[in-house]
Amino acid sequence: MAEACLPPPAADTAAFYRELDAYIAHFAAELRTRTVLIPVLQKAQELFGYLPQEVQRHVAGALGLTPGEVGGVVTFYHYFSTQPRGRHTVNICLGTACYVRGAKKVLEALRQELNIELGGTTADLRFSLCSQRCFGACGLAPVVMIDKDVHSRVSPKKLAGILEKYT
Amino acid sequence: MNKLVKREELGALAVTLQAEAAKGAGVARIFVGMSTCGIASGAEPVYAAIAAALAEHKVQNVELVKAGCVGLCYVEPTVDIQLPGKPVVTLGNVTPERGRQLVTEMIGNGQFESPFSVNDAAFKKQVRIALRHCGRLDPERIADYVREGGYQSLAKALFELKPEDVIKTIKDAGLRGRGGGGFLTGLKWELARNAKAAPKYIVCNADEGDPGAFMDRSVLEGDPHCVLEAMALAGYAVGARYGFIYCRAEYPLAVKRLEIAIGQARELGLLGENILGSGFSFDMQIKLGAGAFVCGEETALIHSIEGKRGEPTVKPPFPAESGLWGKSTTVNNVETLACVVPILEKGSAWFRSIGTEKSPGTKVFALAGDIKNVGLVEVPMGMTIHEVLEEIGGGSRDGKPIKAVQTGGPSGGCIPQSKFDTPIEYESLTALGSIMGSGGLIVMGSNTSMVNIAHFYLEFTCDESCGKCTPCRIGNRRLFEILDRIVKGQGKMEDLLKLEELGAVIKDTALCGLGQTSPNPVLSTLRWFRSEYEDAIKRGQKPVTYSILAEKCVGCRACVKACPVPCIDGTAKKPHVIRQEECIHCGACFAKCKFAAIVKE
Repeated sequence: MAEACLPPPAADTAAFYRELDAYIAHFAAELRTRTVLIPVLQKAQELFGYLPQEVQRHVAGALGLTPGEVGGVVTFYHYFSTQPRGRHTVNICLGTACYVRGAKKVLEALRQELNIELGGTTADLRFSLCSQRCFGACGLAPVVMIDKDVHSRVSPKKLAGILEKYT
Repeated sequence: MNKLVKREELGALAVTLQAEAAKGAGVARIFVGMSTCGIASGAEPVYAAIAAALAEHKVQNVELVKAGCVGLCYVEPTVDIQLPGKPVVTLGNVTPERGRQLVTEMIGNGQFESPFSVNDAAFKKQVRIALRHCGRLDPERIADYVREGGYQSLAKALFELKPEDVIKTIKDAGLRGRGGGGFLTGLKWELARNAKAAPKYIVCNADEGDPGAFMDRSVLEGDPHCVLEAMALAGYAVGARYGFIYCRAEYPLAVKRLEIAIGQARELGLLGENILGSGFSFDMQIKLGAGAFVCGEETALIHSIEGKRGEPTVKPPFPAESGLWGKSTTVNNVETLACVVPILEKGSAWFRSIGTEKSPGTKVFALAGDIKNVGLVEVPMGMTIHEVLEEIGGGSRDGKPIKAVQTGGPSGGCIPQSKFDTPIEYESLTALGSIMGSGGLIVMGSNTSMVNIAHFYLEFTCDESCGKCTPCRIGNRRLFEILDRIVKGQGKMEDLLKLEELGAVIKDTALCGLGQTSPNPVLSTLRWFRSEYEDAIKRGQKPVTYSILAEKCVGCRACVKACPVPCIDGTAKKPHVIRQEECIHCGACFAKCKFAAIVKE
C-alpha cells in the first residue's frame, strides 16, 4: 500500500521548496494569504507529487495560515493527495456514460492488472489508480486518462497494451 | 494587430478581416475538429496529414483551421470542408490516410466519397446559438472571432447602451440559467446592479461537474471569446470591473484555450483598462477547481475561489448581495453566457421567437450512454424528448426501445419511455421528478437496471457531499445503505417506504442545491420503475419456495395449523396446496410435515 512508499529523495525536496517559494513570491504581497492557497497547493503537489505534512506546514507558514486551515482544504478536495503518488496516474472515469458502457469491468481489470485498489499506488511507484467523475468525453466512453492522455473506448483486453507505454 | 483604442478601430479591423476573407472568395476552408474528444480520437495526425498533403500538392487558397468540436462525438475525428460557394460537407471517422485522400478529391472534382450524411436529420432540427461558432473558427485566434462580428456587441453596449438597457434586453429575452437552476439571468444582473457593496465581481461557473455533461467544455474549447465578451458585458451591466472563470482542473485544454483567449483579448485592448476608449475597464483571471462536485453550487464555488473548503452557505443572502469576500457577485454558467452576445446582437424578440413561452431559446444537450449518435446537440426548448433521442440521437445502439433517459446528472431523475412525448422545458421536467440540470441526457438501454443506476448516483452523492449539513451527509448515507441492501439482495419491501420518506426529508431540509436534489435519482426511479425495485427485493429474498407434492400429501392439516399467514388450502385427507403469491417463505410447514410431502426449492 501507499504508506510503504518512500518520500522523494531529500536532494530533490530542497529544490522543490525553492521553486515553491519562488511561485508564492510571484503573487503580490497582499495576495499571499488564503486567496492563493489552492493554486499554491496545486503547484506544491505538481512539484512533490503529493502533499505530506511538512509541505502543508511550509505552505501554512508562507501564507500566514494555521496547518489546520491548510489541512482542511487539502482533505476537502479530491485533487489533493497526502500519500505519495506513482509516476503515472491512471484515472478511470466512473461517470454515468462510462458506467453505462462498462467502466466497472475496466476498473476490475485495472485492479487485477496493477494489483492495487482504487486510490492505491503500485509498490514500484509506477502507477497510482484513481477514479474521476466524468472528463466530459462521454462520446468516447469508457474512458481512462493516464496523466494527460485520454484513452477512448477502453476494454479490459486493450488495457495491457495501453499500460505498457508508461514506464 | 495593434491594440485597439477606439470603437471605430474595432469596426475597421472586422471590416478588414471580412474583406480578406471575401477577397479569397475562392478560398476553401478545412476545419478539423480539435477539442479534447477530437484529439483523443486522433485528430492531430489527421491535421498533420492534411497539412502535408496540401503542401505536397502545392494547393493554394485553402485555409486549414484547427477548430473546436461540432458535436459529432460518435464519428470523431471529424473534418468539415467548405468549398467556395458550396455548403459545408462533414466527414466523419477520418484517418490520416483518408485526410490525404480528401485533399486529392478536393483538388480533383470537388466531390467527396462517402461524405457524412449528418446534414439532414441531426443538423436540421438543431438551432445553434450557444454553439454557433463551435467548429467554425479557430478558438486560438481572436481574429477569427472578430471577423465573425465578435466584440461588436460589447462595443455597442459601451457606447450606445446604458447598463440598464443591457439588463432590460437580457430580461426581456427571458434567458434562464443554463447551469440547471433556471433563474432569470436578467433578474440576477438587476439584483447585482442594485446592490450597494463595491467592488462587484462577475464569476463564470465553468465547474461542469455533472457526469455526462460536456457542453461547457465544448464552448470553452471551441469559442472561448464569446464567454469573455459576455463576462465583460455582464460587468458593464452590473457595474463590476473584475471577473473570475472558475474552471475544472479536469479540463486542461479548455484552460489553455481560455488563457490564450484572455491574453489575446488583453493585447487587442478588449480586456483591461479603458476598453476601446469607453472609460470602462474589465479584466479577469482563471481559477482552477480542485475536484469537488459541490463547487458547482454558487456559494460553494465562491468559497473555493476565496481559498476555503468548498462548502455552501444558506441563501439568502444571495451572492448578488454578498458573495466573494462579502461583495456583490454575479455567477453565470458558461452556456448562459454564450447566449448573451447573440441576444444583444439580434434582440430579445428574436430570442423569444425560439423555444417556448416560459423557457425561451435553446438548450444544449449532451447525448451519451446507450445511444447511437453520441454528441452535443442544441435544440429549441419545447422539443420533445422523443425527437431528441430518436430523430437526432438515432435511437438506442442495439436498436431496441430505449427504456429511460436520465437528465440533470446526480441531481436529476430518470424519465421513462412512456413520458418521452414531454416537451423539454424547465417546468415540465421538474413535474416528472427530474430537472433540466446542465443538460446531460444519458440514455438507458433495455438492459440497464434502474436500481443499479440509483445506487450508482447515491454512491456519487455520498462521495461528493461536503459534509456540512446533516440531511445530506447522513441522510444520503442511509439512503445509500438501504439501496445497497436491495442491490445485494437483502432488501425488504418496507425499505421502499423508507427510501421515499427519507428522500422527502432530505429534499426539504438539506442546505444547498446538491443536497436538496440528491434523492431525485432514487425517488424518480421509484416512481416510474417501482416494479424493478420490488423484483430486486423478491429476487434477493430468493424465495426458497415451498410446494406440496400431491402424491405424498395425506391431508393431515399439520401444515395448515403451522402456517402463520395462513395460505395453505385444502380439505382434510385430500392433498393441500400452498398459495404461492401469499407465502412468506417462512418454512414452518416444511418443518411440521411428517410425510416429506413439502419440498423446498
